[in-house]
Amino acid sequence: MRTTDRWIFTVVFLLIAVFPWLVGRISGISHYIEVMIFAGIFSLVCLGLSLLMGYAGQISLAQAAFFGIGAYTSGILTARFDWNPWLAMPVGAVLAAAVAWIVGVPALRLRGHYLAMATLGFGVIVHIVFSEEVEWTGGPSGMVDIPGLAIAGWRISSEVQWYYLIWGIVFLALLFSFHILHSRVGRALRAIHEEEIAAEAMGVPTARYKVQIFVFGAVLAAIAGSFYTHYVTFLSPSSFNLMWSIRFVLMVMVGGMQSLWGALLGTVLLTFVGNEWLQVFADFEVLVYGAILLVVALFLPQGLISVLRRGPGGARSSVSRLGGEG
Amino acid sequence: MEHPARQPGASILELNDIQMSFGGVHALKGINHAVPEGIIQAVIGPNGAGKTTLFHCISGLLNPTEGSILFRGAEINGLAPHRIAHLGISRTFQHVALFKSMTVLENVMLGRHSRTRSGFWATGLRFPGMRSEERNIHKKAEAFLDLVGLADASRLQAGTLPLGKQKILEIARALATEPRLVLLDEPAGGLNMTETEELGVLIQKICQTGITVVLVEHDMNLVMDISDQILVLHYGQYLASGTPQHIKDDPAVIEAYLGEN
Repeated sequence: MRTTDRWIFTVVFLLIAVFPWLVGRISGISHYIEVMIFAGIFSLVCLGLSLLMGYAGQISLAQAAFFGIGAYTSGILTARFDWNPWLAMPVGAVLAAAVAWIVGVPALRLRGHYLAMATLGFGVIVHIVFSEEVEWTGGPSGMVDIPGLAIAGWRISSEVQWYYLIWGIVFLALLFSFHILHSRVGRALRAIHEEEIAAEAMGVPTARYKVQIFVFGAVLAAIAGSFYTHYVTFLSPSSFNLMWSIRFVLMVMVGGMQSLWGALLGTVLLTFVGNEWLQVFADFEVLVYGAILLVVALFLPQGLISVLRRGPGGARSSVSRLGGEG
Repeated sequence: MEHPARQPGASILELNDIQMSFGGVHALKGINHAVPEGIIQAVIGPNGAGKTTLFHCISGLLNPTEGSILFRGAEINGLAPHRIAHLGISRTFQHVALFKSMTVLENVMLGRHSRTRSGFWATGLRFPGMRSEERNIHKKAEAFLDLVGLADASRLQAGTLPLGKQKILEIARALATEPRLVLLDEPAGGLNMTETEELGVLIQKICQTGITVVLVEHDMNLVMDISDQILVLHYGQYLASGTPQHIKDDPAVIEAYLGEN
């Protein structure tokens, strides 16, 4: 990691670590812990999506579907077949990877936004399967009796325990992603985003990298889905529809596409917006999201993170931000 | 990668009846030519002669409609560009195609891609082998920047360099792939006289390390100065080929360039 990132990493890590203590001291917002658990789960999805959007220049409208594949695989294997959740989780991840590979290989061999089209259709199909396969998924009335999680016989019961588990995993995924970005693979991804033809001519197998990053994003989404399942212990298809895929894209865009920190910021912010501050809008929620997207696209194409970067203290020229060794 | 002893006269690149059509437009109408290893080969011709199209065919960005391209005796047409890069052909672009928001150094480091191997897991989990490879990439990239004289600019964003330096940076990036054959597409375009002279010296230096250079260029002084052999194209067809002296006196070339007067 670069020094700037290492610095931000430490600060964010500390903020996240003291958050439960802080929230506990302020009355009326103790449920913010719960919102942050969801934000952490969604952050896993958005980290993968941010790599795909910001660094490989592709959009996926099926992240909610991959999230759902992980969630339902875990749900079905644990609730119906009594599997250990920790064994069900990798099965969901592998399944999502296989599916992403099948969708991604043909769509990503072509230049342009074929992946967006392919994933749009695929996401809708997956959602229909979740709704219609009533025997397996419980259909629209949902799936119940999903067990919680336990580590070495010790049940994760309190919100605070869930909070630290989820955010611990987010930080591991973040670390992994930063390592990738500041390496041979990351340079290849950034090169693809900037000058695909030149990258290819310099020896980068561009199609293979795009597929890899898409598969990686699907795996992260599936793992997030598994945790979601065991945290909520109830599944309904509406959590995995197209609207959710768009929401994930929006989270990445609001925060800032070419920055993993941006993805994290956007996810936390929009999770609070969706779970907390927008409840009053009820059915008009979609309109609000549309408005947010419009404002970001028009006035903040680099996302909120660009404002923080330009601000005092956080100001770093783009030269030094991208400069130096990994 | 080691360059094996060159056999004088052996051709590194053979073009056999290369044709390239875009719908009804015939950009190349059957080009036959052989490039001996270790020389500086220029390709010239008026605008629209098909020079850049020919480069795209050799580097795999276009697949010729007809004909075959042999690189060191093996057919390469139809291969993906990254495969061709791996085999040892690299190139620069007429319209600079740098990774503009990456640093100068990172651009050259990207050139090392096909000569290194750490994958997704190795980099994500930071395996020890990956770290030493990364150090190696860094060191080699710096050496290539040194070679072209851009070492001082290594931390700058590539897009902030003046055009002349961007062109040189593209050459460094191409060299970083350790090619046996490098295609330079109008490297002197946009360079001033001093820069063009320095470029000529650099190209000769590249050739002396055993890399064959194929050069598309409009600056005739540069072409005549440094080329061993010149191929002239005209409207997608072969017009003439030979040493600079021979080309200068060729009546067909003079006519193509100067018209009928």
